[in-house]
Amino acid sequence: MDEELLLEPVPEGLSQDQRAELGLGALVCGVVLILLAMLAFIFREAWSSFAHNGISWFGPGGNVDSQIQAIFTSGDFKRAPQFLIHAWPLVWSTILTTGAAVVISFVSSLFVAVFMVEFAPAPIKRMLEPVIRLLASVPSVIYGLVGVLVVVPFIGNHLISTSDKASVTPVIQLSGSSLLAAVAILTIMISPIMIAIFAEGLRSVPRGWLEGSLALGVNRWRTFWNIAVRTARPALVAGTVLATARALGEAVMLSMVSGSVGFAPNPADGLIFVFEPSRGLAATILHNTDELTSPPMKATLFAIAAVLLFSSAMLSLAGWAAKQPMKRYFNVGGAAA
Amino acid sequence: MSAGTITAQPEPRPSPPASGPRRSAVESTASWRLTDRLGLAIAWVLGLLFCAVCAAIVIFLFIQGIRYIRPELLVTNPHVGFDQNETGGFLAPMIGTFLVAAIAIAIAGPVGVGVAVWLSEYGRPVGLARLVESTVEMLAGAPSVVLALFGILLFETHPLGFLSEINGGVVFGKSFFAAGAMLSLVALPLVVSTVREGLQAIPNHVREASYAVGKTKIATIRRVLLPAARPSVITGHMLGIGHVIGDTAIIVLLLGDTQTLQGVGHVPVWGTLRGTGSTLTSYIFDNAPTGDLNQPNKAYAAAFVLLAIILVLNLIVDVFGRRSKELLWS
Repeated sequence: MDEELLLEPVPEGLSQDQRAELGLGALVCGVVLILLAMLAFIFREAWSSFAHNGISWFGPGGNVDSQIQAIFTSGDFKRAPQFLIHAWPLVWSTILTTGAAVVISFVSSLFVAVFMVEFAPAPIKRMLEPVIRLLASVPSVIYGLVGVLVVVPFIGNHLISTSDKASVTPVIQLSGSSLLAAVAILTIMISPIMIAIFAEGLRSVPRGWLEGSLALGVNRWRTFWNIAVRTARPALVAGTVLATARALGEAVMLSMVSGSVGFAPNPADGLIFVFEPSRGLAATILHNTDELTSPPMKATLFAIAAVLLFSSAMLSLAGWAAKQPMKRYFNVGGAAA
Repeated sequence: MSAGTITAQPEPRPSPPASGPRRSAVESTASWRLTDRLGLAIAWVLGLLFCAVCAAIVIFLFIQGIRYIRPELLVTNPHVGFDQNETGGFLAPMIGTFLVAAIAIAIAGPVGVGVAVWLSEYGRPVGLARLVESTVEMLAGAPSVVLALFGILLFETHPLGFLSEINGGVVFGKSFFAAGAMLSLVALPLVVSTVREGLQAIPNHVREASYAVGKTKIATIRRVLLPAARPSVITGHMLGIGHVIGDTAIIVLLLGDTQTLQGVGHVPVWGTLRGTGSTLTSYIFDNAPTGDLNQPNKAYAAAFVLLAIILVLNLIVDVFGRRSKELLWS
């Protein structure tokens, strides 16, 4: 349709316009190709680890840290390469920290966003917005620093009793670097992202819809909860997906705070379980980067990367699928995704 | 598109019927159902709690930063020493941060604007447009550790060896170029989505007016649309830089994480860029108790500087974000 508007005669060869379109198209294809190359390279490197372990890659069994150590030392050319890994403790740690942090921060972010958009007094509202934007852009290493210097010692010194520490000494050391610290800091880290996107969605709900409900005598809370929050569901999904992706891929902060032990915190241990240390998938990559020189180790680390990449792709797919039925008539926050 | 036009609406929100029930304390919640009152109470409690947590974090970091920052830290390089008074400052990490951000945004800026223009103005084979959209979304969701591993794979190959150190036929693969190139993938989605939003907020009659006076499509984009979307272009760049300088994993894996700038060869700037170094984030990472160096005071000071940079970037985003909202066409 746009081309019909061009009335000037097209010179022989490509016009400047066509060249520009082709150039931009090539650029775009290049970006797509880089992503495809990344997927292909990472899965190719990861293949030997998956091929040797099969589905038990994700399963429990043995001590994952000593398995990783064995994989690393087998990179020496005199030995046969080893690939045996049962990465369940790492997977479980990632699931636990990400899941707990996302659930907690979803609930609290929803309330905070509702509060911020609708119920907060004007001065708090004015102050909160820039602060949330600042907190959303604070680098994770700074959160990690605060965690390791403030939260971890606090948990270690005040929340874990000496008898608790003694009770698990044969298995693991409780120093304060724990699931609790990881979840707490991860929650604080991803909440601002969620709140910012939720609030944007809530704000763009047409005022008339709320006024219509208020005019019918429905109270303000119920109006906002039933109409604004429901209308802004696509924004809720977008914010949750973005925050979950951030939590899933978080390596630096978790490697500082969660204690670098390949241990699966066991809910059967009772309440102590939140004080148990662990190490997630992304943190494991960061923790072992110096050992990339060993070929089997390289395959293992790339296998972890492939798992992370696959889950984040599935995550955005799930977000997209969840948003489809919601944005039939009103697309709030669709651009935020 | 619909989101753009709708977000413009609630600006003149304090209309009488809306602010009526809000302002008057007359509407008591006494007549509400218990669940509604409970919900409101939770919202207030969580809201105030969040304010308190925010204030605590920000104030704590600024107090610790001011306590430990010394002017000489900003102008001396880190070096080996026995205690925190002898180990120098973080001039080299600051230069590293600057270099990495410059390289990353030099790649991500033009590429991101190009992709955004293509998506918003051309997007012709619809299948390709879908593919590009999901590519950008996947890049936004890809963990930076994974990008870093891909970078290691990419820059250890021989064709790209000239971008890092080659020693006895083995490509080292760690340099400012490698880190900057991978960080540009971190910044790219932010630039694309911000610029695209800005372009889509420009109503179609502006384009049609430009075509009507005989401008070609590319001329319209260059002379009319991009200048009109300049606030979003700047916002996107600043957001991208903010993410780039806050990233740690890529720096640790791809910049070599040496304390000072270790140039390669004798060409002055090119050699530095081929060499390794560190940035403020990796400096903080190493100086945290879990890192190799364990000097918390230095880490707090560096965190303070990093936060100050981020604060400035945020202020720029604020200013230009407001300007792009003021630019209403209809």
